Amino acid sequence: MGATSSTGPTSPSQPSFVRSAMTADRSPPVPTSGPLAWLRDNLFPGPMSAVATILGLLFLLWVIPPLARFLFLDAIWSADNGDACRAPEAGACWAYVRQKFGFFMYGSYPREDVWRVNLTLVAGAVLTLWMLWPDARGRGGAALAFFTVYPVLAFGILTGSPPFPIGWLPSSPEGQIAWMVLIVALFATASTLFYLNRYTGWAIAIFGFIAWSELGSWWSSLELPLVGTHLWGGIFVSLLVATVGIVFSLPLGIALALGRRSQMPVLRFLSVMLIEFVRGVPLITVLVMANTMLPLFVPDSWSPDRLLRPLIGVALFSAVYMAEVVRGGLQSVPKGQYEGAMSLGLSWWQMTRLVVLPQALVTVIPGIVNSFIALFKDTTLVAIVGIFDFLKAVDTGRLDPVWAGPKISTTGYVFAAIFYFIFCFGMSRYSMMMERRHSAGRSR
Amino acid sequence: MVAPELLKPAPLTNATAVEMIKVNKWYGDFHVLRDVDLAVARGEKIVICGPSGSGKSTLIRCINRLEEHQEGTIIVDGVELTGDIGRIDEIRRDVGMVFQHFNLFPHLTILENCTLALTWVRHLPKRDADEVAMHYLTRVRIPEQASKYPGQLSGGQQQRVAIARSLCMSPKIMLFDEPTSALDPEMVKEVLETMEQLADDGMTMLVVTHEMGFARQVADRVIFMDRGEIVEMGPPETFFVAPRHERTKLFLGQILR
Repeated sequence: MGATSSTGPTSPSQPSFVRSAMTADRSPPVPTSGPLAWLRDNLFPGPMSAVATILGLLFLLWVIPPLARFLFLDAIWSADNGDACRAPEAGACWAYVRQKFGFFMYGSYPREDVWRVNLTLVAGAVLTLWMLWPDARGRGGAALAFFTVYPVLAFGILTGSPPFPIGWLPSSPEGQIAWMVLIVALFATASTLFYLNRYTGWAIAIFGFIAWSELGSWWSSLELPLVGTHLWGGIFVSLLVATVGIVFSLPLGIALALGRRSQMPVLRFLSVMLIEFVRGVPLITVLVMANTMLPLFVPDSWSPDRLLRPLIGVALFSAVYMAEVVRGGLQSVPKGQYEGAMSLGLSWWQMTRLVVLPQALVTVIPGIVNSFIALFKDTTLVAIVGIFDFLKAVDTGRLDPVWAGPKISTTGYVFAAIFYFIFCFGMSRYSMMMERRHSAGRSR
Repeated sequence: MVAPELLKPAPLTNATAVEMIKVNKWYGDFHVLRDVDLAVARGEKIVICGPSGSGKSTLIRCINRLEEHQEGTIIVDGVELTGDIGRIDEIRRDVGMVFQHFNLFPHLTILENCTLALTWVRHLPKRDADEVAMHYLTRVRIPEQASKYPGQLSGGQQQRVAIARSLCMSPKIMLFDEPTSALDPEMVKEVLETMEQLADDGMTMLVVTHEMGFARQVADRVIFMDRGEIVEMGPPETFFVAPRHERTKLFLGQILR
């Protein structure tokens, strides 16, 4: 600045060169915001991208209009039978989905009793959302309810039979007295523990057991009609199989993964055998084996319910994949973490639960959710062993002569696709959110 | 206020804190410890140095059973180390350890790192555990970082947290496995100062380190190990001024330049 100043009295010397003409204007800066800039930056940053953009647009132009026409513009939204949908110009037959919705949802569950299914589903949805909602108050309580009280009540409400094996209770008068004495003794023990503020966890478990057995005895006074699992079907059964599979596969998978890395040879051998065996056969084989072989292993009176068998099969199949995912996570935990935990005197269980698993599981959230999503879609295979799941319901619905027609069938499958997509996409987004939250506090 | 004994190291019951008799260990064919004999008195500060692979880390890791010795006897405050898990846990509760790579738990805050073992091993109520942890975090001069995660702290701060985490368990003996080797040079000092302070308070310490200044100032005895054996052992005045063995002279010549 001093160099160009010729007016300053203290300026030591005159500049040796002063430009006599203005330089030409530079072109205005390219806009970096606004719709045009966005288009250029994201769609046409270079020749290759421009070609890709144009090809993409052409593809969308090719796909979207007919799809929109089929799904919305030409769709039949309400009709009493399939006549309108069978017309050549008709699109999707949403009327059929509306008509058959009860069947898709509940299978053959008696219509006057579907409130029981709805109650169970709504309660399950509320508890699940509450449990999974980040920072929600009482999440732990919701989780506890979901894993203990909810399954018991859901069983009682859905089947109508007492949610406690009252058949195992003694029937002779002496036996009943002994049972009463046992309950009173348990109650006294739990109360004492609670009062002394020792082993309160056990005390609560004992109270829970007493409540459970009393609930079982009291249940018959509700006089809910019995609904056998052969009548269950539709979305409700798909969600049931998926939920049971998810709930059991994660803990079982963690147990198998820990077993596989155990120092104890027998435990390790059994875990490896189970994992490799179940992983080595198709899910359909596992389902058929669960269906035909499980009843052979136990006395007739204990033979598992026809819905329970594929549930065990699905949970087991998913668990062995989960085990390998979790094992990957366990391997990602550095040796120093084990040594740090051991040097503080933590026991193996404490170290595993408090130090190793929290880190291992967060690392493999994508893999775990991937397994959940695969499991959710694999539940459609339970139809092989005669379980009337959602896809099977859709498949059966199209056989109804009133609603027979190619576009009507297609509509059913589109509906199924949308249903599965919403759930899988939801799980995927939830897992991404959890990943972000867990990585936020860690390394910055 | 928590009971005052929670805020200071537990006293050793025996005059000999650690005794190792003819300890041998192999990794496969590699003989990593050869007939190691060592007795550490109550309150004594031992610095162990030696070239890499000389077995010095293995030696102190045998004291809390992070490594298993195959022959010989190790007695920690009167308790012999055997395969008995309960006894190992008991010794680990009383022996603190600080690692080269800190080994803080990245998923827990600084405070939770310190209270984890107090809660689950010492069964302190949360309030007391927090108080003990804050006491030691203040001592290592980082109480203001308590709610941060380890990844947000500098290396020197992390190592001081690791020291505080060990101290929370009121250890009778502290083991340091190259505590400053993974640190940037400007952070070495703050960690060494913390360790000096600990030594001044009378803690029994075994330190594997190449910080010869620390050894001169703090150690009661300096041990030089090479190829799995204790080559030379003596008070720093004689160890540094008049080493007797050629191997010691060579090693000191290399690192003291």
